[in-house]
Amino acid sequence: MGLLRRLTEKPWLTPGLDPLTEPGAGGARSLSAAAVGLRVYFGVASVMFMLIAAVFIMRMGGHGISTGQQPDWKPMFWPPLLWVNTGVLLLSSAAWEWARAAAHGGRLERLRTGLVAGGALALAFLVGQLIVWRQLEDAGCGITATTMSAFFYLITALHGLHLLGGLTVWGRTTAKVLGGGEAVEVRQSVDLCTNYWHFLLLVWIVMFGLLLST
Amino acid sequence: MAYSTVADDTRALHHPKTWVGKYVWSQDHKVIALQYSVTAIAVGVVALVLSDLMRLQLGFPGALKFITPSAYLQFMTMHGMIMVVYLLTALLLGGFGNYMIPLMIGARDMVFPFVNMLSFWVYLLAVLVLMASMFAPGGPTGAGWTLYPPQAILEGTPGRPWGIILMLASLAIFVVAFTMGGLNYVTTVLQARARGMTLMRMPCTVWGIFVAAILGLLAFPALFVAAVMMMLDRVIGTSFFMPSLVSMGQQTNYNGGSPLLFQHLFWFFGHPEVYIVALPAFGIVSDLISVHARKNLFGYRMMVWAIVIIGALSMFVWAHHMYVSGMNPYFGFFFATSTLIIAVPTAIKVYNWLLTLWRGDIHLRVPMLFAIGFIFTFIHGGLSGLFLGNVSVDVPLSDTFFVVGHFHMVMGVSPVLVIFGGIYHWYPKITGRMWNATLGYIHFWVTFLGVYAIFLPMHYLGFLGVPRRYYALGETTFIPHSAHLANEAITIAALIVGVAQLLFFYNMIWSFFRGPQADPNPWGAATLEWQTPQTPPAHGNWGPTLPVVYRWAYDYSVPGAPEDFIPQNVPPDGASRHHVT
Repeated sequence: MGLLRRLTEKPWLTPGLDPLTEPGAGGARSLSAAAVGLRVYFGVASVMFMLIAAVFIMRMGGHGISTGQQPDWKPMFWPPLLWVNTGVLLLSSAAWEWARAAAHGGRLERLRTGLVAGGALALAFLVGQLIVWRQLEDAGCGITATTMSAFFYLITALHGLHLLGGLTVWGRTTAKVLGGGEAVEVRQSVDLCTNYWHFLLLVWIVMFGLLLST
Repeated sequence: MAYSTVADDTRALHHPKTWVGKYVWSQDHKVIALQYSVTAIAVGVVALVLSDLMRLQLGFPGALKFITPSAYLQFMTMHGMIMVVYLLTALLLGGFGNYMIPLMIGARDMVFPFVNMLSFWVYLLAVLVLMASMFAPGGPTGAGWTLYPPQAILEGTPGRPWGIILMLASLAIFVVAFTMGGLNYVTTVLQARARGMTLMRMPCTVWGIFVAAILGLLAFPALFVAAVMMMLDRVIGTSFFMPSLVSMGQQTNYNGGSPLLFQHLFWFFGHPEVYIVALPAFGIVSDLISVHARKNLFGYRMMVWAIVIIGALSMFVWAHHMYVSGMNPYFGFFFATSTLIIAVPTAIKVYNWLLTLWRGDIHLRVPMLFAIGFIFTFIHGGLSGLFLGNVSVDVPLSDTFFVVGHFHMVMGVSPVLVIFGGIYHWYPKITGRMWNATLGYIHFWVTFLGVYAIFLPMHYLGFLGVPRRYYALGETTFIPHSAHLANEAITIAALIVGVAQLLFFYNMIWSFFRGPQADPNPWGAATLEWQTPQTPPAHGNWGPTLPVVYRWAYDYSVPGAPEDFIPQNVPPDGASRHHVT
């Protein structure tokens, strides 16, 4: 409603200070710039993963075999470790949520624990994904073996790179907290990181589910 | 403090202390804008030279021995990609966007200055990687700017060893740079507007750049994904896009991939890209026309909505680039319909520009000439787009010079004219000096008439069936002698236009050092960027206090006002207003 009112404003009629939107303007800006920027980035990353999903589904649907070729699908080996990794990422997200609650409550000890756990679990997830890559290669499902494995490597690589990016912010935040910083100083970073982790968890679950269900 | 933002806080401005901090690793949006602009224009000059070399080959086949068929394809590919991505996108968003957004909305800087700086340096890296391909073994890729697989990465295509790899890497890097910039532009517009600067008080320039940035953020991921996948196909041997095929007599290891998937991804980026370039141009031209006609922009709300609607529709028309690639006929119908619907908001914009000019107090200064020139070229390019939007008309015209004429008019020449207009318009604010008007007029007329001499005959060549991308036409029965004559004439015109750009560079560089001091607001413009306390604007833009906005951006020739414009930051005097829109 607020946006609609704003977009139907007749700005030529009403010189003055915020004639129409003054009350709404404050509300719209209650988010920090970083929070808005992160939300916009969620849009960008979502589009990227959705496009990969769309290409995957089209490729699965035999988009390339209209010229008389045979489908090139082969059975895929899914290492059980993937389920463990998924659980680890879930726990990492939970640890961040815990850290967020601690940051808002000003409980520095819990914040430290939550941050260290969140980051360490994310690192464990990445190491686990690398081990999965190795297991796939050993099982003859390397990146060029099947189309499914090619998509798997692509998706896990892009997802992992996003997580690595998050870990750089985690590193800075954790260093600040462990170096004697106050909870209030890192509250925004923790907030945004938590959202980012949840987003990456969601992306992983959707993409992993898509791969498994195909 | 409802309006407290990062951009409000002068402590966050990272005041530079050294020369390097001020001009190299700068976080000031104005310096970054100039860095973007200079880099984009420099790489654009390379593309301009390449186009003239191509024209020499087409007009006078075989005259230059070093233009081999491979070299021709490489020139063509690099020309197209540089112009579309590395010049137009970078200059309009990285250059104009960076300079104008904070100044026009009354902010001190972008909301993420460090990311903004990073955006430029990553962009520069993308440019350097692309340029490096010119010196790599095998030279740059000659796959055509659309880089269609399978031929783009197969033996026999120029630049197969390194050119295509560097091109794909460069594009992926560019997308990273654009994303960092785009996040800044969008967030800054949303979060850092000055007090009183409601969305509908923003100048159209900001609206155009804002919507284009959103489009870019949604469309560039497709290019990124396509580039990464094709890179994997080329380097590692996956089969995302590569079907099972025999190349050079050898069965390749590729199997089952779909080249059409690449085309979908490419055009899912490629069509919005047209509007990523066009929307900022629409916005800038709206402001230029209003200022130099001393009249408020006709139908401002409609203009804003049209920008938003065009942006939204542009995401649903990509497959009109693929009519001859093969698709379900119903898809052709859908994409033809959505393409033609875009003509409605676009026509609204054109009419509103004309109605803004109608009975205006038109000052035919150089920026205004370029803005009016844009209306001509854009209408011509847009109308030929209506031809090509229809499947049945497009099929025979596909891959002919008609298409070359069309897209150069609509997204080559038109935005470039606006860029020239914009540079002439804002140069006094950016440098504090005034350019030479005579040189500017000569530059405009040679360029404007020259581009018609170049691109209008191409439509005729296209109707004859002259194919694009051919190194030489040779002797064929369906191409009459007149086509060869037209090609010669086009080449001569292209060389003249190319050389005429030296006037522009000379004018800009000479005026920068020797031009007369410019008035802080030489055109009498109402928008905020002209109201800065210093010219050129200092670091932080606004001195100790941010401007407060009381009115829209187009209060020109207001009855009863002491001057023929009222800046946006002038409070109302209480007088009643009956403003015709």
